[in-house]
Amino acid sequence: MACELWTAKLDTYLDGELPREEELALREHLRTCPGCASQALDRIQTKRSIQAAAMRFQPDPAFRARIRQSVAAPPARRAWKWNWPPLLALSAACVVLIAALWITHLQNRAREQHLVSELVDLHVSTLASSTPVDVVSSDRHTVKPWFEGKLPFTFDLPDLQGSQFSLVGGRTSYLNQSVGAELIFRLRQHNISVFIFQKRAVETGCAENTATSELNFHLRNWSKNGLCYFVIGDVSADDLQKLATLLKS
Amino acid sequence: MAVPEPRAVSESFEELALPLLDRLYNFAHWLTQNREEAEDLVQETYAKALKGFSSFQPGTNFRAWIYRILRNVFLTSRTGLKEQSLDQDDDEAKEANLPADRKTPESILLERMDQQLVHKALDQLPVVYREALLLCEFEEMSYQEISATLGVPVGTVMSRLSRARRALRETARRLQEG
Repeated sequence: MACELWTAKLDTYLDGELPREEELALREHLRTCPGCASQALDRIQTKRSIQAAAMRFQPDPAFRARIRQSVAAPPARRAWKWNWPPLLALSAACVVLIAALWITHLQNRAREQHLVSELVDLHVSTLASSTPVDVVSSDRHTVKPWFEGKLPFTFDLPDLQGSQFSLVGGRTSYLNQSVGAELIFRLRQHNISVFIFQKRAVETGCAENTATSELNFHLRNWSKNGLCYFVIGDVSADDLQKLATLLKS
Repeated sequence: MAVPEPRAVSESFEELALPLLDRLYNFAHWLTQNREEAEDLVQETYAKALKGFSSFQPGTNFRAWIYRILRNVFLTSRTGLKEQSLDQDDDEAKEANLPADRKTPESILLERMDQQLVHKALDQLPVVYREALLLCEFEEMSYQEISATLGVPVGTVMSRLSRARRALRETARRLQEG
């Protein structure tokens, strides 16, 4: 091969881009051809000169800092990335907490519903009994003392003389294996039960001044001095409220 | 033996791009031949690269990728557009305009080819030759990488390099003589 053809390949050879076979052939030629070898040396020097001269411009420190700042991952994005696991954990904890609260709420509602049903049953069974009351008297000074020794607590029984309600009598009653008092009042031809239990007998606790309806019976309840009061009957909610107010006075 | 994870898979844009800052700036300055324009060019390159980093495939050539962005930004800049209008990429025409290689023994010239002379000679090269030569000699990119960076076939890279070197030699000689 003529030297011109070899020298045409010199740059590619020196760039390390010549196919292996040609590279070996050219290397062999350079060993035997001083002219081409000299040209190769010149071109190596040219390469070195360019390499040395090419690193000519340096960015100034302020510009370098500006680029570094612009390239640094945005803090918000980083925080978002870093916070994923805690966020997920927090979300999971919230879901669990909400679920737990919801379940507790449902359980409480179920217990309350159960309590109301129990009280309705007690009231109805009293009225269905041939002896609805064990102490028959419209006098509170007769009825209240009757409970002495039968209950582990005592309660106030206001004088209802002059009101539309009249006391019929009383009996003991049981709720959740706890003994309590049941007083019967009459309004016109309607009988109204007033249950008094210790708070511990009532699983759900005694909600303050709440009104509930169950199977057209109305119920009003409150608590005072560790006792829970329940007023239940088939009279109107207003009448029930009036009796509750009198008893609380 | 454990196979190391490819760098690009685990590295952030910051880790990949910042080590190239000085070289990118140097290349940008060679293209624009102006400090302010070089800074603008590099800044826009970093902004575009950061924005488009999600499209970069880890494990592929990040250097070629970001140099290509820089070059594309340059081509759309005022200086880049001006250079393009001057440098119609017609290699045959370019061939005709190049000074003839007068076969003067290169050794005589190159021994005296100091840095200043190389700077001047490079400055006078058409930008298409200057960039190809810098990518090859200074960035030490393979023809394949240069091809990917410039978006031209490998054959075109080779012919541009060949003409760039010849033009550089001739320009240096002319400067030497002048």
